[in-house]
Amino acid sequence: MNVTYNDFVIRFANVNGSGSASANGMFAKALFRMGVPVAARNIFPSNIQGLPTWFEVRVNEQGYLGRREGVDIMVAMNAETYAEDVAALKPGGYLFYDNSKPLAASLRRNDIREIGMPIATLLLTEFTDLKQRALFKNIVYLGALSALLNIEFDVITGMVAKQYKGKDDLIRPNIHALELGRRYALDYLDSPIEHQVRRTDANGEGIFIDGNTAAALGALYGGATVCAWYPITPSTSMAEAFERYANRLRVERKTERRKFAVIQAEDELSAIGMVIGAAWNGARAFTATSGPGVSLMSEFLGLAYFAEIPAVLFDVQRAGPSTGMPTRTQQSDVLGAAYASHGDTRHVLLFPSTPKECFDFAADALDLADRLQTPVIVMSDLDLGMNDSVSEPLAWDDARRYDRGKVLDAAALDGIERFGRYLDVDGDGIGYRTLPGTHPSKGAFFTRGTSRDEFAVYTENPDAYQRNMERLQRKWATAATLVPQAEIQSDGRKAGILYYGTSAAPMQEALDLLREDGVRLDRIRVRGFPFGAEVYEFIDRHAMVFVVDQNRDGQMRTLLSNEGDLNPAKLISLRYYAGLSVSADEIHRQVLDHYRAQKLPRLKEVGA
Amino acid sequence: MTFVAKPRARHPLLPLNELNLTRRDYEGAVSTLCAGCGHDSVSAAIVQACAELSLPPHRFAKLSGIGCSSKTPSYFLDKSHGFNSVHGRMPSVATGANLANRALYCIGVSGDGDSASIGLGQFAHIVRRRINMLYIVDNNGTYGLTKGQFSATNDRGSTSKRGVPNLYEPIDLASMALQIGASFVGRSFSGDKRQLAPLIKAGLMHPGMAFLDVISPCVAFNNHNGSTKSFQYVREHSGKLMEADYIPQSAEINADYEPGSAEDLLMPDGSTLRLRKVDANYDVHDRIGALAHVQRCQDEGEVLTGLLYVDPDAADCHDILETVETPLNALTEEDLCPGSRELARLNDSFR
Ligand SMILES: Cc1ncc(C[n+]2csc(CCOP(=O)(O)OP(=O)(O)O)c2C)c(N)n1
Ligand code: SF4
Ligand SMILES: [Mg+2]
Repeated sequence: MNVTYNDFVIRFANVNGSGSASANGMFAKALFRMGVPVAARNIFPSNIQGLPTWFEVRVNEQGYLGRREGVDIMVAMNAETYAEDVAALKPGGYLFYDNSKPLAASLRRNDIREIGMPIATLLLTEFTDLKQRALFKNIVYLGALSALLNIEFDVITGMVAKQYKGKDDLIRPNIHALELGRRYALDYLDSPIEHQVRRTDANGEGIFIDGNTAAALGALYGGATVCAWYPITPSTSMAEAFERYANRLRVERKTERRKFAVIQAEDELSAIGMVIGAAWNGARAFTATSGPGVSLMSEFLGLAYFAEIPAVLFDVQRAGPSTGMPTRTQQSDVLGAAYASHGDTRHVLLFPSTPKECFDFAADALDLADRLQTPVIVMSDLDLGMNDSVSEPLAWDDARRYDRGKVLDAAALDGIERFGRYLDVDGDGIGYRTLPGTHPSKGAFFTRGTSRDEFAVYTENPDAYQRNMERLQRKWATAATLVPQAEIQSDGRKAGILYYGTSAAPMQEALDLLREDGVRLDRIRVRGFPFGAEVYEFIDRHAMVFVVDQNRDGQMRTLLSNEGDLNPAKLISLRYYAGLSVSADEIHRQVLDHYRAQKLPRLKEVGA
Repeated sequence: MTFVAKPRARHPLLPLNELNLTRRDYEGAVSTLCAGCGHDSVSAAIVQACAELSLPPHRFAKLSGIGCSSKTPSYFLDKSHGFNSVHGRMPSVATGANLANRALYCIGVSGDGDSASIGLGQFAHIVRRRINMLYIVDNNGTYGLTKGQFSATNDRGSTSKRGVPNLYEPIDLASMALQIGASFVGRSFSGDKRQLAPLIKAGLMHPGMAFLDVISPCVAFNNHNGSTKSFQYVREHSGKLMEADYIPQSAEINADYEPGSAEDLLMPDGSTLRLRKVDANYDVHDRIGALAHVQRCQDEGEVLTGLLYVDPDAADCHDILETVETPLNALTEEDLCPGSRELARLNDSFR
């Protein structure tokens, strides 16, 4: 047997609403607890019960945690999708299925290995309750997998005990179902199989967390006090996590009253309106939404840009329109968010790649919005937001102070002859603002769009309008120096690859694959918009830069060429937009295709 | 911080309130609305009410949507911050502002287009959330700022009251507010200072959502096809010498009538509006009775005015959310950030 350790892709095919999510989650977490790097990906329908759902786990000791094409082990628990599930297996892969009913001959492949287990039959004699029978199906295969893959059993039983702490009547049957599966696999199946797990310490201090939870904690640590939102997958869990943690960590001891307010708004227009109202009045506020919500928020985003109000928005991107593939991932809103609204608007964007960065950028976004007095949009996506993966632990420096930006208090106002809200006192395009109720006679002003002068006095004077727009442009230039810098690895290669957000997950693996084919690329991970000087310098230094986008139209490439006035021919677009996260193989293939099509020299060929 | 402005030289005839301020201290910029516009009378009543209540003139948050009515927060309380937001969305901005600082008085001014059409959803939801504020709709039955289109508050087929021939069913914001749970609902007429200013005072002092539907005639656009003062008529009959947007100078329409009685008012388009004041025996604590009374008057072609309903013990949104007394915008790192030790525990929970 050709055993490999800690390196496989396993996919669970289930029916949604069947209770598989918790068993599958335990599977991934057990591996994480054995020190093995894992990333889980839930591929689920926009439906509550009865439709196919898949849960894919990438296991890789080297830390390649992006998606990889081809499945090594398929846990096929949904008869309806047998055909495509069998087809997804790599040659030599394992098909684990419930053989209480025989597999149709048409589904058989002679290049894969079948592991049949009579799960339904086993449960029939063990559990009388119908609901338990259905639920424990998942627990039984989890038990069997522990034997097949050599997962430490007490890690799993420990998780069950922790999950149902204090509810012995739940622990007992769960453990029994686990043992049932494990026993059967040990006694009747060829356990373990070629793909095995073994304890290691590759996760170090790492945590296993999803981006939305991390972002919620970042907002909490960053001092957000108002959260207004409207439910939409895949952002909902962020607002819910914020409320859950705030209820634990933001309650005044003495009075048991809350130091935050969460409002589930009637729609996204209202959600962003509340955020803007709260921020105008000096509270740190945010909303979480997805593409359809950003569309609805557009008018308000423009107002916040022109009226210069800090607002923080998390756009957990998903594919397509509202009736499209709402539960699939994409980087679909880059252009829409960057230029959201009417008039000459531009918005600051942050692109997190890991849960840790979701946490950091959430807190940073609150600072940046206050500093720049403008909306800041954190561009996460479904893959990052809703799936657990190994991340660096979250970190907070207790010496950190919130940057509330340029806000004048009563004493400061007393020292000023005449307050001018939109005066560019410091030359960075950012004026000083005051909060309502600060001073009895100074500093009050009327907030409106653009028809105003430096002192916030109403005017439709053309020069005043233009001066204001030019100042906003200076502010934009300041923003480029404040957003997180791009991460660059440069070895003086001729060509580079530029990517952002979740395309970072498969990147190391893709570059390693390319290296084997004689293609070496410098790399740059963009983390903020407006682009810093380092982004343009990188592009300048390279003859050709691949730009990876998880959308059909190459939105980042358009944004780059538009903002930097760049020659688009230099920016080679790599696009993936089928709704899963982009895989290392896909990036590898598209880059190679370009080299082949353009007959570009590769190192091997040059060397040969 | 002191809420009391420093004393300064006063006009000897202007009376001082408890803060040693005169009505002047509560005024705003000079109005740019049409002469005689009802909205200016509403602003004047707000000034009067705030001055008489001796409220600190800088401790307000003034919010509005878009429309002539929504411009008015510039014209009162210029020591306070104002926010002219987007069309129909004042309620959400006011909600956020109130969440951020519960210690400020919050006044929202909107129009019938702003609140009954584009913003009907936000209107309904701010009422049910019981945001502690005074929400005034300057109801002129038309879109003033976009030059006189129909609004949703007109009675269907009505030509007798406001003269606007409307083909669709009307939305009565006061009835809606009663139904959705506003704890204070009143209706008045812009030109009835004796009734309006006290209602505004009561609304400001009410510890929850106070809604006032204020009928406030538009003297420029009436959109009555037969009206000689309609925009269309003026344009068609004005000849070359007159600008298309010529607005005839009008006088303010005033009303002064006793509780229980009715008064017929001549509207700018030539129609009459019959107002009926609630009488002394009216039970302001009976929500269902109020709804029925409003509807009955409507059927009889009358608009019921006065304080229609109040629940003095109403809870506001901060009570519902159980937020701290300190305004959320005044909380500091110490109050808000759980710190690195807690984060270490959180990290552990993800292992
Ligand atoms: C999104 C949007 N749509 C349309 C408009 C144009 N608009 C400005 S004011 C207004 C109507 C205002 O009517 P109302 O609220 O009754 O105020 P009034 O001027 O009558 O006081 C409209 C439709 C706008 N500003 N924004
Ligand atoms: S158009 Fe009508 S509502 Fe607008 S200012 Fe003139 S009178 Fe008032
Ligand atoms: Mg109107």
